[in-house]
Amino acid sequence: MADGRRTIRFTLNGRPVTAEAAPHENLIEMLQRDFALHGARVSCAQGLCGCCTVAVDGVATSGCLMLAPFADGTTIETIESLADGDRLDPIQTAFLENAAFQCGFCTPGFIMMTRELLDRIPDPSDDEIRHYLSGNLCRCAAYPEIIAAVRAAAKADRALL
Amino acid sequence: MTQTIKPVTPALREVSRSVPRLEGVQKVTGAIEYIHHLRLPGMLYGKIVRSTVAHAKIVAIDAADARALPGVHAVITGDDVLKIVPSPYYGPAFHDQPVLAIGKVHHVGEPVAVVLATDPHVADAGADLVVVEYDELEPVFDEVAAAQPGAPIVHDELQPAGTFADLKHLKGKKHTNIALDAQVRHGDVARGFASADHIFEDTFKSGQVMHTPLEPMVSVAETRSGKELTIHTASQSPSFVRMEVARLLGWPENKVRVRAAFLGGGFGAKLYIKLEALVAVLALIVRRPVRIGLTMEEQFYTITKHGTTVRMKTGVKNDGTIVAREVQTWWNGGAFADIGPRVTQKSGFTAAGPYDIEHVALDSCAVYTNLPPAGAFRGFGIPQLVWAYESQADIIARKLGLDPVAFRLKNVLRDGDEHATGTIMTNANVAACVESVARQIGWDRPFDRGTGPVRRGRGIAVGIKASISPTTSVALVTVAADGSCTLAISTVDMGQGSDTAMAQVAAETLGIPTESIAVVHSDTDTTPYDMATLGSRSTYHMGHAVRLAADDARNQLLALAATYLGVPAASCACENGVISTGDGRSMSFRELFVARFGMQAGNVVGTGSFEPPYAKPDMTTGQSSNVTPFWMIGATAVEIAVDTETGRITVERCVTAGDVGRAINPAIVEAQLNSAAIMAIGSSISEVMIFDRGRIVNASLADYKIPGFLDIPIDIAAELIEDAHPNGPYGAKGVGESGSFAPTPAIANALEDATGVRVREMPLLPERVLRALRAASGTPLEAE
Repeated sequence: MADGRRTIRFTLNGRPVTAEAAPHENLIEMLQRDFALHGARVSCAQGLCGCCTVAVDGVATSGCLMLAPFADGTTIETIESLADGDRLDPIQTAFLENAAFQCGFCTPGFIMMTRELLDRIPDPSDDEIRHYLSGNLCRCAAYPEIIAAVRAAAKADRALL
Repeated sequence: MTQTIKPVTPALREVSRSVPRLEGVQKVTGAIEYIHHLRLPGMLYGKIVRSTVAHAKIVAIDAADARALPGVHAVITGDDVLKIVPSPYYGPAFHDQPVLAIGKVHHVGEPVAVVLATDPHVADAGADLVVVEYDELEPVFDEVAAAQPGAPIVHDELQPAGTFADLKHLKGKKHTNIALDAQVRHGDVARGFASADHIFEDTFKSGQVMHTPLEPMVSVAETRSGKELTIHTASQSPSFVRMEVARLLGWPENKVRVRAAFLGGGFGAKLYIKLEALVAVLALIVRRPVRIGLTMEEQFYTITKHGTTVRMKTGVKNDGTIVAREVQTWWNGGAFADIGPRVTQKSGFTAAGPYDIEHVALDSCAVYTNLPPAGAFRGFGIPQLVWAYESQADIIARKLGLDPVAFRLKNVLRDGDEHATGTIMTNANVAACVESVARQIGWDRPFDRGTGPVRRGRGIAVGIKASISPTTSVALVTVAADGSCTLAISTVDMGQGSDTAMAQVAAETLGIPTESIAVVHSDTDTTPYDMATLGSRSTYHMGHAVRLAADDARNQLLALAATYLGVPAASCACENGVISTGDGRSMSFRELFVARFGMQAGNVVGTGSFEPPYAKPDMTTGQSSNVTPFWMIGATAVEIAVDTETGRITVERCVTAGDVGRAINPAIVEAQLNSAAIMAIGSSISEVMIFDRGRIVNASLADYKIPGFLDIPIDIAAELIEDAHPNGPYGAKGVGESGSFAPTPAIANALEDATGVRVREMPLLPERVLRALRAASGTPLEAE
């Protein structure tokens, strides 16, 4: 195509997929347009707010700063991968039970970042939680509830081990 | 008079319960609907070409290169708009804002043209190719300078809108930047100052800040026939959007459908008309769906919080009694009035603070300048005023050697006292809020004041706000034949939890579980009128309408039950979807419908409409027998650390108290108080828009720092002062803004407590604090 689109293949939420990616579009545009995945969102568009956080090859990534063609060959997980049908991930349950959101726009980003945190540090201190999540912004400022949710999620995660 | 905190009535089942948000699962799974995500078949993306200068005549717009760009569908300018709308000026207070600039631009960032394309990247590229030639005029940026005779004039003529009942007094004027000059006159300030032992005069300034909702502003319009419109918009005020777009087009309101989904934050940014008039006109011109979604940067040029200058003169007796106060406030409204005149009047009349002062004179002036427009921002002007009167409260207390808490408690308004507007105070727990935060922070206990370069201090402050009136809210409660219940309201849930709280009110009234109610989102074809979701008004105003609608539905169900059970309706109880008589017989809602219609069919529809009691103030004296449906009060105490080598302030502890009437949902209310306080901490120590000839230097989250996890107090808490309001729905008051009133002066007061230095301009940026510290120590930094 004239705009340089090319076919890429990657693994999305556990399934092999293909997409036509334009060289100038970012990962979030492609996930929304081609896969109807709206949990990761572009807000600041500069990688500063964390609303677009997805896991690329297991690493939390700002999807708004990643060009779509670079998804070729990777494994990508979005917020939509966490729940198993109606069974929520323990982090989602903890965010629900601790009312750790208001408008919800930043929430998937916080949850994806928390997933990575707990995978790496199963029993984080409050200080570790604050630092790990310092790249995610919540303008509604549900921070007190978020830290309580992350603590609760860590406890629930450990109970599953 | 003693202030009592009444216990919550134990009989309530749904109200006073921390019901988890009804939409919670959709939010944690990412499935929730925002207009941000809406894409329609055949839709065009619009990119706005914005003014690069602050004040100028438009000489020419050259869009040839943009039109020639492959993929560009059209480039639209003000001339195209005029063909559809002969007078394309909108606004809630003045009709001053053009759909697209016509002949003149009034601020950097004003929309001049729109490039439309099926690919948003093409629209972006096309916008860069539009060349606009300007003939620059002298701009004016400072609110005090703009109010003086001889200042450059932003608008040649002012056209009052006449839409809202409380803004009917606005006048058409020429040759002035003053949109509104509101007064309060109470007692005789000259006599008051003559009787005072001390006079304090200070000027406090605050800078312009932005709401930065994380879902950037977005609107999508579509039309099928060119004679009707549907506007999907992230708006806090769909009813106003419908009315205003219909007015612009000369159509009846029922030809314009406006619907909202959940909002990714609002905070006042998404009120009145933002992008709606523009997408509506574009859709009518090109006859295709049109979407305009702003970038974070563009939001800074769209709506802001007023920068202010507050001049405050206060007369005090030796014993600490405040006897007179004179306040002049200039509100920097930017290039378009938006709702600034209401901010000026409604907030302006509380500028003397929550204090019992015999002689008061207040002047509050809404001023046009060539900055981006200012409008409503959580707190609606109150934080800028509290910043002034609570900073000065500490200046006075220190000078007189009085404890800041004792000084406040000596002067606070108590129920039965007369406010400066002449209204007698009721259900306003000012003292209880002050006492709460003093207790929470441990005001009387010693604390670590720091050593070396890091010093610690404490500060306290309290603010008061009147609620908005007159306003109207209408609600519909529909009971289906299976007994399930739907609540249709135009209140917009932008994160404050209104869906859940309103469902709780309906559930309490109907005797069913909150979780069983479905809430229909604002859609002007379906949900009835509501003035808007603003000013913490929904819980009280819409809460009443919902209660009345549910009560209407309940009465209809009871009447049905009375027929089929053969007993008077008054002797029936309604609980858990079942109506029962005293003698053990009962019918479920479903059984009632089957009995009535012979099958599962039909509806019971309950309606409710609410306008609060209110007495319009006299426009020359500001006097009113009932100036507000209820008073909101918020107090905050903080403990801060100041790095005296860098000027950096860290808020380590922050405790808030809010007079909430009765909390419909205590967990949500507590979160509102804390999160409003955090937002205010941002505008106290890190957030401010920096301008260079009207251009914003820091319109990005990289340079405009909103609070993140490392910026918020590690120790943060809120206490709900519950005193059921006799006129509130189940005793509730609005609470979304209360936590935002007092943090800023509390921090400035703590700064003086820690270092002895008083700063009179906010925000308390490190550089500003360091300059003040160095100036005080006789080693000033070089001038900027």
